Amino acid sequence: MLQQFYAVLTFFGFGIFFAIIALVLAKIFGPTNPTAAKITTYECGLDTQGPTWVQFKISYFLYALVFLIFDVETLFLYPWAVMFQKLGLFAFIEMIIFIAILVIGLWYAWKEGALEWL
Amino acid sequence: MEGIFLRIADFAKQLFSSLNFGPEITSILMALFHVSAIIGFVLLNVLVLVLLERKLSGYFQQRPGPNRLGPNGAFQTIADVIKLFGKELIIPKAADKWVFILATIVVFIPAVMLYAVIPFGKKMIAIDLNIGIFYFIAISSTATIAFIMGGWGSNNKYSLLGGMRTVAQMVSYEIPLVFSLLGVIMIAGSLKMSDIIAAQKDVWFIILQPIAFIIFFISSIAELNRAPFDLPEGEQELVAGPYTEYSGMMFALFFLAEYANMVSISAIAVTLFLGGWQGPILPSWMWFVIKLYIMIFLYMWVRWTFPRIRIDHLMHFNWKFLLPLSLVNIVITGIGIKLVNWLNWF
Repeated sequence: MLQQFYAVLTFFGFGIFFAIIALVLAKIFGPTNPTAAKITTYECGLDTQGPTWVQFKISYFLYALVFLIFDVETLFLYPWAVMFQKLGLFAFIEMIIFIAILVIGLWYAWKEGALEWL
Repeated sequence: MEGIFLRIADFAKQLFSSLNFGPEITSILMALFHVSAIIGFVLLNVLVLVLLERKLSGYFQQRPGPNRLGPNGAFQTIADVIKLFGKELIIPKAADKWVFILATIVVFIPAVMLYAVIPFGKKMIAIDLNIGIFYFIAISSTATIAFIMGGWGSNNKYSLLGGMRTVAQMVSYEIPLVFSLLGVIMIAGSLKMSDIIAAQKDVWFIILQPIAFIIFFISSIAELNRAPFDLPEGEQELVAGPYTEYSGMMFALFFLAEYANMVSISAIAVTLFLGGWQGPILPSWMWFVIKLYIMIFLYMWVRWTFPRIRIDHLMHFNWKFLLPLSLVNIVITGIGIKLVNWLNWF
């Protein structure tokens, strides 16, 4: 069991290793000549105006919140789905009630306009 | 033909265990062997895919596509890779240097890690985890971080907008994607890849779960940021989205990860819906590759057929259509399984 996760760790390490090797090779083979015009921020030929890191649109945050709720729900649904055939009718009805509660939540977010892109 | 890769793997295993390092080191060595083979497979596929996409887009638009280098343009991608290696890595003065560079590495890690659980053929799976498909979902969702890192770190307005859109889109479409797989898991009763394939011995899950397959297909296009859902990098409005400031090899890593993800998500579609490597006469890995390329062709077909949709339509389609539909699919699947069991009981 644990040996499998050593292998997962190896995959993780190899991903980092490969990306770094590719970047280092490109750094060695490619030229390095950062002129003043080359390292300015790209914006259609004009100089960029004002800061980029500003307060951002709220709808992104609302989507993230709704996502979080449903992502937690998947954590409950996956173990249930695996054991579904072994569990009785009771567990099925219970999960339908659980999903129904979430659907009410979705309906509320919908009604309040959290899903609108304004 | 059937066991050719298995025999090579067995040989490597004997070689490593004859070195007497203990089980942990041996398993790490075996994983290194697997990951090298997989990287080879992925790079080869990406080389083919980039050419295939450009040729196909050409034919879809009634033009020949790249046709100068080699027979019918076959060496075009190799030339592109060599060119990318010779390009300068430009880091803008205003950018957050470390976040900017790290994003290219962070995007590549999940792309490699996903291949750990993909069954390429009979017994040809690097790690047959008992939480296989859950591992896939967990790792694939971490790719989102790289896009926000790139978008934020570039300190460019196009990048930031593109990065934010990418995150909003990937995060939203992940939910129907994850829910659509639940129906398959309910029928198979396991998260392990080999069990899911074994459960499709008689009938493929695309027949039992057609709605789930369509939801999976649509939301995986959105997860891959491909047209018609390529808003994050919509050229006409955002230049290249989060990739705007990237050049040379740093851009190539994003590009490579994108195509690697396309291969891995197609592989998951094959495994979960199209019966995996199962098929008559031909060796199992060959069946896998054939089905894989059918899926990839579908993605490319969709990309060059449909126009890009508007961002509010994109979000509404996900939250107000796909998500309720995937929930309904779970309930219907549950009722269906109970009914079949009830009928069998009589």
